Amino acid sequence: MGYDLDMKVWRGDASGGELVDFTVEVEEGEVVLDALHRIQATQAGDLAVRWNCKAGKCGSCSTEINGKPRLACMTRLSTFEEGETVTVTPLRAFPVVRDLVTDVSYNYKVAEKVPPFAPEPRPADGAYRMQQVDVERGQEFRKCIECFLCQTVCHVIRDHEENKPSFAGPRFFLRYAELEMHPLDTNDRRELAREQAGIGLCNITKCCTEVCPEGIKITDNAIIPMKERVADRSYDPVTWLGRKIFRRDQLPDAQVPRTPGD
Amino acid sequence: MTEIERHSFDVLVVGAGGAGLRAAIAAHDAGARVGIVCKSLLGKAHTVMAEGGIAAAMGNVWQEDNWKVHFRDTMRGGKMLNHWRMAQLHAQEAPDRVRELEEWGALFDRTPDGLISQRDFGGHRYARLAHVGDRTGLELIRTLQQRAVALGIDVFMECTVTELVKDGDTATSTDKRVSAGGRIAGAFGYWRESGRFVLFEAPSVVLATGGIGKSYKVTSNSWEYTGDGHALALQSGASLVNMEFVQFHPTGMVWPPSVKGILVTESVRGDGGVLRNSEGRRFMFDYIPEFFKAETADSEDEADRWYEDKTNNRRPPELLPRDEVARAINAEVKAGRGSPHGGVFLDIASRRTPEYIRRRLPSMYHQFKELADVDITAEPMEVGPTCHYVMGGVAVDPDTGESAVPGLYAAGEVAGGMHGANRLGGNSLSDLLVFGRRTGLNAAYAAARLATRPSIDDDVVRAASERALAPFGIEGGENPYGVQQDLQEVMHNLVGIIRREDEMRQALDDLTKFKERIGRLSVEGHRQYNPGWHLAIDLHNMLLVSECIARAALERTESRGGHTRDDFPATDDAWGRLNLHCRLDGDDVAVTREPLPEMPDELRELFG
Repeated sequence: MGYDLDMKVWRGDASGGELVDFTVEVEEGEVVLDALHRIQATQAGDLAVRWNCKAGKCGSCSTEINGKPRLACMTRLSTFEEGETVTVTPLRAFPVVRDLVTDVSYNYKVAEKVPPFAPEPRPADGAYRMQQVDVERGQEFRKCIECFLCQTVCHVIRDHEENKPSFAGPRFFLRYAELEMHPLDTNDRRELAREQAGIGLCNITKCCTEVCPEGIKITDNAIIPMKERVADRSYDPVTWLGRKIFRRDQLPDAQVPRTPGD
Repeated sequence: MTEIERHSFDVLVVGAGGAGLRAAIAAHDAGARVGIVCKSLLGKAHTVMAEGGIAAAMGNVWQEDNWKVHFRDTMRGGKMLNHWRMAQLHAQEAPDRVRELEEWGALFDRTPDGLISQRDFGGHRYARLAHVGDRTGLELIRTLQQRAVALGIDVFMECTVTELVKDGDTATSTDKRVSAGGRIAGAFGYWRESGRFVLFEAPSVVLATGGIGKSYKVTSNSWEYTGDGHALALQSGASLVNMEFVQFHPTGMVWPPSVKGILVTESVRGDGGVLRNSEGRRFMFDYIPEFFKAETADSEDEADRWYEDKTNNRRPPELLPRDEVARAINAEVKAGRGSPHGGVFLDIASRRTPEYIRRRLPSMYHQFKELADVDITAEPMEVGPTCHYVMGGVAVDPDTGESAVPGLYAAGEVAGGMHGANRLGGNSLSDLLVFGRRTGLNAAYAAARLATRPSIDDDVVRAASERALAPFGIEGGENPYGVQQDLQEVMHNLVGIIRREDEMRQALDDLTKFKERIGRLSVEGHRQYNPGWHLAIDLHNMLLVSECIARAALERTESRGGHTRDDFPATDDAWGRLNLHCRLDGDDVAVTREPLPEMPDELRELFG
């Protein structure tokens, strides 16, 4: 059942590169990552590509396949037309390290800025109680495998490097929303989501939701509710007055999240 | 030599899966300066693949459950070859480790009372696995990752350790990596991104590198699982225990070929799924061993009633320990009663509603839909055994996790003893947490007690760099990918689920030839993010652990847990009192028999 697949794979590094043609034998049921692995094993042993689980669970093998951000391990070759050339390029929003590997450290830096979970104290018997329906909202967001496809597709940073310092991106709006909706969390991160994470820059085009391999409704279930909560807080007259009267460090505790390193 | 990048820590943790992260957090909490080195990006370690849950006798669903029952289940599942003290600590401390995760933000599924829910799994007397749907490992690693980030622990991502360095090491022998010095002094490695070398100075090193699955052709393990920690420990002078015991998970995907080996969680069976052969028979009833007869249902009716009423019914045979189920599937396929692609059928579609299946097993639903065009709510899955876990690992002190080498610790899959001859599902995630924490704390205390820090000789560093770069100096040698494939073939065919003396002798002959082949690997390109070079380095470790498995498996002339001998099919009580230890003797692996640690009477009574 094997056949020859024509591929174009971007090869190069930070100084530049080009699409290189490969013809590789593939089998029925295989995915793009299988084809890349066969190129590595038989034609280009130094072809750089990240991968780990090969089962859509770790989010390592994110690339752009025929221009669409996708997981190489979950993109079946049967989804392409017979004779169609499959083009694989590195994620566009991040600097190239080599070939299909990009420098995704931006995401890890953003993660460091999110104020951690701060639970209420345990009840006397030591067991927190939460209802299934209440944990399910957060569980949807915690399905995130950190493939960063939502980050690379987001037009706020995809072609605007200058926005990165003031924009956390969809993956981290999920994280803010998850903590904000966590039944036990005591921090209030709404102001931070607006000021530091730049949630206001998102204009809900839903590109992130479309590429999410976990099917998380990033825009509808995380970003829009967060925007509403941020708006509630920013435009609430009492909060507004409070911000005018007090300095930041005088605000009541619940409004000043602890950040790492405090 | 150009100046090498150096970092200094009290505790260096190698590996950022569950065990490594938990160890780092514990060492940090104990006041140590901690660094974590990991081969992949943070949060991608193999722990994310764990699906079913964390075994902990919290008693949230069955009040009758307690640590003694969990301890007994674990020992029986391990065919009594476990280190009793590890199994005891594990059972006693797991509930606290789960509650702690909740304090760090984990969102477990709940019982109707709002407590952490617990699910059924093979070999566990009561529903005991704290879980998040079927993606518990992801929840565990994300929680620990976020905790480690919040604590500001230094993480060196995409960085591979190739050698450990000890106090007093010299570079006199550049062709052997066997180290002769005293206390651990640090670790040498390279950045995958740049290919540049880096030296970590640390008086305590925690190995948390996971397993060895990549030595096998069909495996649920990722590329990282090349036995690095096992090999590093051997080369430093530590011993590996129980290496003959390799767990073949009974249910891996078998079709299409591209996904062969990918795990299908045991939760499918825990939640009501059954195994059938091509004749439609629930064949597990034909494979109930004497050892488990008293606690296993002998009719389909009783088995089905058990899901609702555990007090008056016995467990379905589909939930026997993994070794039993894997052997049964193997036998059915051999007898010609397999599925079209060489597995058996795992059926939950005819037994539970589509809504239930999608809610309880969302990622299984997704995985089969996307990768195999199979709707598991409407049709059965095809499954077969896949290399999943190595019970064997670094022999450690059960309380501290320290190996025979002062300052060298191991936790998680790379450590041995805890699971004996076979690991129960769900006991891995709890193992990571319990022993990750213990080793992290003890590694930190030990570093703090030291009056003087060990030192590292520059020549040792130079020799390590030369060894790492060797494949670049060879033109027209062996292709590392080809050698890896051949090695996997040998281990799969000759030291797989069912073993025989002549085949294992053949394997050892083959492995000797591989030693020569990996001496002349050559790689193309340069040092920057070069997977061919990375594999060439990892192959040394894969070969070394493969030899340990084959030698220990040849030595143990009985069948027990994850070690089945065609030529010695019975379990032998005399072997039940012995552990096998592998040590490095020059270039070769030497196997010695050592008595099992003596279990105290108050624990022995539990098996009365």
